[in-house]
Amino acid sequence: MKIYLAATAALSLLLSTVGSSAQVAATAFNSAPDLAYEAVPNFFKAPAGDYMGELQGVATNSKGQIFAFFRGPNTRLWQFDQNGRFVREIGKDFYGFMFAHSVRIDRHDNIWTVDEGTNVVTKFNPDGTKVLMVIGHRPSQADGPYATPKGPNPPDEKYTLCRPTDVAWDQQDNIFIGDGYCNNRVVKYDRNGKFLAQNGGPAPGKGENQYNLPHGLQVDHQGNVYVADRGNARYVVLDNNLKWKTAYTQYGSAWSDCISEGPHQYLFMSNSNPNGNAPGSWKIGGQIYKAELDGTVVGKFGHAGKLAPGFQVVHMMDCRNPNSIIVGEIESWRMQKFVLKGSK
Amino acid sequence: MKRLATLLLAAAALAMPAAAQELGYATSQPLTLPHDTFFGMAAGVATNSKGNVFVYTRNGEPTVTLGGSRTFAHGGSSLYEFAPDGKFIRQIGKQVYGFLAAQQVRVDSSDNIWVVDRYSSMVMKFAPDGRQIMLLGRKPESVDVPSSPDTGRGTPPGSGSASDLFQSPTDVAWDAAGNIFVADGIGNARVAKFTRDGVFVKSWGSRGTADGQFKTAHGIAVDAGGNVYVGDRGNSRIQVFDNDGNFKSSITSGGDPEAICITPGAHQYLFSSNSNPANDLDRGGEIYKLELNGTVVGKFGQAGKGPRDFGSVNAIDCRSANSLYVAEAGNWRVTKVDLH
Repeated sequence: MKIYLAATAALSLLLSTVGSSAQVAATAFNSAPDLAYEAVPNFFKAPAGDYMGELQGVATNSKGQIFAFFRGPNTRLWQFDQNGRFVREIGKDFYGFMFAHSVRIDRHDNIWTVDEGTNVVTKFNPDGTKVLMVIGHRPSQADGPYATPKGPNPPDEKYTLCRPTDVAWDQQDNIFIGDGYCNNRVVKYDRNGKFLAQNGGPAPGKGENQYNLPHGLQVDHQGNVYVADRGNARYVVLDNNLKWKTAYTQYGSAWSDCISEGPHQYLFMSNSNPNGNAPGSWKIGGQIYKAELDGTVVGKFGHAGKLAPGFQVVHMMDCRNPNSIIVGEIESWRMQKFVLKGSK
Repeated sequence: MKRLATLLLAAAALAMPAAAQELGYATSQPLTLPHDTFFGMAAGVATNSKGNVFVYTRNGEPTVTLGGSRTFAHGGSSLYEFAPDGKFIRQIGKQVYGFLAAQQVRVDSSDNIWVVDRYSSMVMKFAPDGRQIMLLGRKPESVDVPSSPDTGRGTPPGSGSASDLFQSPTDVAWDAAGNIFVADGIGNARVAKFTRDGVFVKSWGSRGTADGQFKTAHGIAVDAGGNVYVGDRGNSRIQVFDNDGNFKSSITSGGDPEAICITPGAHQYLFSSNSNPANDLDRGGEIYKLELNGTVVGKFGQAGKGPRDFGSVNAIDCRSANSLYVAEAGNWRVTKVDLH
């Protein structure tokens, strides 16, 4: 009887998962043109005998050097050159690294990491030899190991982050942080790390000025903020003062976004296939969308798949060059490079 | 329900051959590790087409972090490769995210190395050169200490979830077309089938004693015809399914199977280890050699710590039908067994 009940529960859970996945099937899916693309096979070369883990963060600097922030047995930050050759590890055993979530490079080539294990955002200098700033603070070791908060969310204090997800900057170097898995807000700090504003709050919600896991964010050259509101499957657009402007709801699961550099900026969005990959989800998810900043679709490329060049849950994209996309995937422990060839 | 299980167990015990022929055998321990390196619990052993030997062992300290948003566990198990003569070649994957608690290693027909980890609940495929090329399942982001059976994601343990997430998986096997069969395992009690590209096809089984149910799906092997043999540890039987998971028969002549293996070649044999529990050296421990239909060819060995004994065998490699490797979880060693 117990088994029967459990099986029923499992079935209903399964059905609801499939149902929500289907809803997330991105209404842009059928209408968006397919972009021609090529995967660059085995572009990234790890040091002999070493391995990357869950690929949470990928970013390039202005020289085209590539940074990977991943969850191995320890959380690690690796630098590669423009040709995918390993250069060095940055921040080995660093106090702010425990459970990687994002790496981004600002317009001065400083390296920023977001760690949702230590709840700390760290700014390194471009060489990765100095820590220039930390935002948030790490919980006390004396509190022991504790699991992810499941109950009421902790208060959204100005300077305490709770499993933060991502970081971005405007042209004045103000800092924007997605915070995160247990708070549900976007926070704005000035260039020196002083609190300026927030949008959202500790509790999740699906209305305007609410979030259900702000999982990634980017800022365009005008200072607008684009938030991947994963739990609500939408991309929220805020102005520079975090006032609500609009939301794009047609691009699927809203795991991660990326805004390209250059005079004509594009918005890339990942309809990452869900964790757990409920049967059927392979057919409806995984692709990356390219859009104008106003939300008009340009096209899509890629698909879910456990073997390269498929996507096994895209977690972050680098799109500094909108025709050369680097993709980090969680569940394949893989970083891939794709060259976009334009519309088919 | 419990009474029925007991009856079934008793029936299985009665059905066990009282006088299976004793097979002659010799044992040796040819694998040599570098100085100051030792096997811990020897969980998995497998050979590739060149005769190289792979061992997946729990021989480290799984570490759990303090001062963070979660209880994060890492480390604890190692994968080693040896030459056919037993000389150490290398460690593979010292820095692999999913190596926590070794459960099994298998090598497919293309010499890819597949690692099954019980605590990370992952099946990891490595190319012969050690490159990681495919992953099934996902390591839980946070673990409970001590571990609870439902650590991780997915549906309730034992419910037969149709998902590609595992809970304490135990073993992996392939058919000739490359389809992947995962015994999942201890937390779940089911078999999950994937295409060779890792696309989930279906799963079957749940916790129970009826045909097609498992106490624990503890070992898995596929014969040349694509039939799937599942070691149903706790129910003292090896269940045979067709390639789509339809129940065909139960083999009860191989004891309570902790580890199973099917030989390649024209005439295939099925080995089954009636492994002794870790806390009991006074019963079981013998390994059965069977025809695929369950007919007993013979048996060898017994529980113990001596050179000709076996201590809780967790894996059998039977690429050569007369020259086996067994991984002894209880004796922290890998033994080569030559049958004659």
